[in-house]
Amino acid sequence: MSVPAPAAVQPLPRHGMARLVGRRLQDWLPAAVFLVAVIGAWEGIIRWRHVQQFLLPKPSSIATAFWDDRSELLHAGWFTFQEALGGFALGSALAILFALALARYRFFGTALMPYAIAANAIPIIAFAPITNQWFSGGITKSSKIVIAAVLCFFPVLVNTLRGLTSVNPRALELMESYAAGQVQIFRRVRIPNALPFVFSGLKVAAVLSMIGAVVGEYFGGSFNALGVLILDRARTFQFTSAWAGVFLACLFGIALYAGVAILERLTLRWAPSTSE
Amino acid sequence: MSVVELKGVAKQFGRGGTTALQGIDLAIEEREFVSLIGPSGCGKSTLLRVVGDLIQPTSGSVVVNGKSARQARVDRDYGIVFQDPVLYDWRTVAKNIALPLELARWDRRRRAERVRAMVELVELQGFEGHHPWQLSGGMQQRVSIARALSFDPALLLMDEPFGALDEMTRERLNIELLRIWEASGSTIVFVTHSIAEAVFLSTRVVVMSARPGRISDLIPIDLPQPRTGATREEPRFFELVTRVREALHMGADLERAAAEATA
Repeated sequence: MSVPAPAAVQPLPRHGMARLVGRRLQDWLPAAVFLVAVIGAWEGIIRWRHVQQFLLPKPSSIATAFWDDRSELLHAGWFTFQEALGGFALGSALAILFALALARYRFFGTALMPYAIAANAIPIIAFAPITNQWFSGGITKSSKIVIAAVLCFFPVLVNTLRGLTSVNPRALELMESYAAGQVQIFRRVRIPNALPFVFSGLKVAAVLSMIGAVVGEYFGGSFNALGVLILDRARTFQFTSAWAGVFLACLFGIALYAGVAILERLTLRWAPSTSE
Repeated sequence: MSVVELKGVAKQFGRGGTTALQGIDLAIEEREFVSLIGPSGCGKSTLLRVVGDLIQPTSGSVVVNGKSARQARVDRDYGIVFQDPVLYDWRTVAKNIALPLELARWDRRRRAERVRAMVELVELQGFEGHHPWQLSGGMQQRVSIARALSFDPALLLMDEPFGALDEMTRERLNIELLRIWEASGSTIVFVTHSIAEAVFLSTRVVVMSARPGRISDLIPIDLPQPRTGATREEPRFFELVTRVREALHMGADLERAAAEATA
C-alpha cells in the first residue's frame, strides 16, 4: 500500500526566534558553513606558512586571548557600547525630528538640503580630536557620544526624508479629498510610508555608531574604553589581545544592528517583504 | 437640485500653456450615472478633479451639492476612486475602509458598524483582516470603492477605476458597481475610455474632444434598468455603442478642422 503524497508542501509555521529573525535555522546553514570554512582556512594557512603573530594571529590564539582577558575586555566593551548607544539614540532622534521639519516646511528643505548633503561628505571622524577638547579632554563619554551622534545623523536624516516625501501623489490627493490637514497627512500617510526608510537609515547608523565610539577613543579616552584598550595592546605588542578587542567591537556593533532589525520586524508586521 | 452644476468652466495650465478645458457647461442630476469619455488629453480627468476641488478652474463656476466645490470637499460630500486603488499597505482592509471615518472623528463603534456594512456591500466578507498585498487587483479596487462610499457621500467620482483590470474582472465589477449604485443611492461621475463600459453603466454619456478639451456631445442612454450581462447583447446596446463611437470620431474630426483653421 502506497502512502499518498501531500498535495502541497505547507510552509513551516514560524514561532519564537524564527518568527523574530524571519528565517528558519536551515536558512542560516550556508552562512554558518562559510564562516567555519573561513576560520578553518585562516587557522590552517597561518600554521602552514608560519605567519608571524604581529602580522596576523591564529583564530585560536585570538580566542584564547579573548578568554584570558574577558573580564577587562567585556568591561571596556560595555563602556564603549554605552557611548555608541547614546550617540545612536541622540543622533537618530535629532535626524528624525529634522527630517519631519524639512518635509513639513519645504522651504527649509530646499534651503538646507544642499548643505546637509555637503556636510555628509565631511570625514566626521577627523573631528574626534576636537570634540575630545570640547569635553574635558575626552575622558568622559560625552565626546564619543557626540562623534557617534554626528555619524548617525546623516544616514537617518536622508533616509527618513526620502520616506516622508516619496509618497504616491494619488495618496495625497485622496487625503486632500477628505479635507485632511497636514497633521493628519503626516500621521496617516507620510510617517507610516517613511518607516521602512527610517529603519534602513537606523541600520546603517547602528554600525556607524560603534565605529564612531571606538575610533573616537583612539584619540584619547577613559582608561576602561575599548578603543583605548585596543590601541594600548597594539602599542605594547599584545596583538592577539588587540585582535580580541576588535572582535568584541564587531560583536557589539552586530548586536546593535540586530536590535534595530528585530525592532523593524516588530514594527513592520504588515509588510510583505520583511517576513521573507 | 443638480448635484453638480458647471458653468463656463475653463482650465489653462500655466500662463499661455495648454488649454485643458474650455466652455464646459454641464448639470448632473441626483441619482444619475454620468460617464465622461474622450481621447487621452481631452481633460476628462481634469474635469473630474475640478468637480472634486482638487484642481482650481481658471474661470467659470462649479457648484456641488448646492455649495461651492471647496465647501463640498470640506463637508466631505463626495468620495473618489482612482485607477490605482491607493490602499495603505500598513492598514488592513477594514482599516483602509475606516480611514475617512477616522478623519471625520466617528467613534469606534459606529466605525465598526459602518465598515461591516461596507464590506458586505462590496462582498469582501472574510477579508477584513487582510492586507492590500494579499488581495487581487479587482478586490483591491472593491476596497477602494467601499472606502469612497463609507461616509455615505452624495456623489461618487471615479477616474478610470477599472482601467488596469482584465476584461473579465472589469465586466464583473461593472455589474457590481451598478448594484452598489442602486443600493447606495449615490450619483456617480465616471471617467473611462471604454465605449462599451460607458454605455453599459451610464444613464448619460458625455463625449469630450481634445485641444481644447470641451464637451462635443451628450448622449442619453435609455437601456432599461437594472442592467445585466444580457444587456450587452441587446441590439439597442450596439446601437448606442455605435452612436457614442460616431460622436467620438466627429469630435476628432472637429479637432482636426480646428487645428487646420489655426494653421
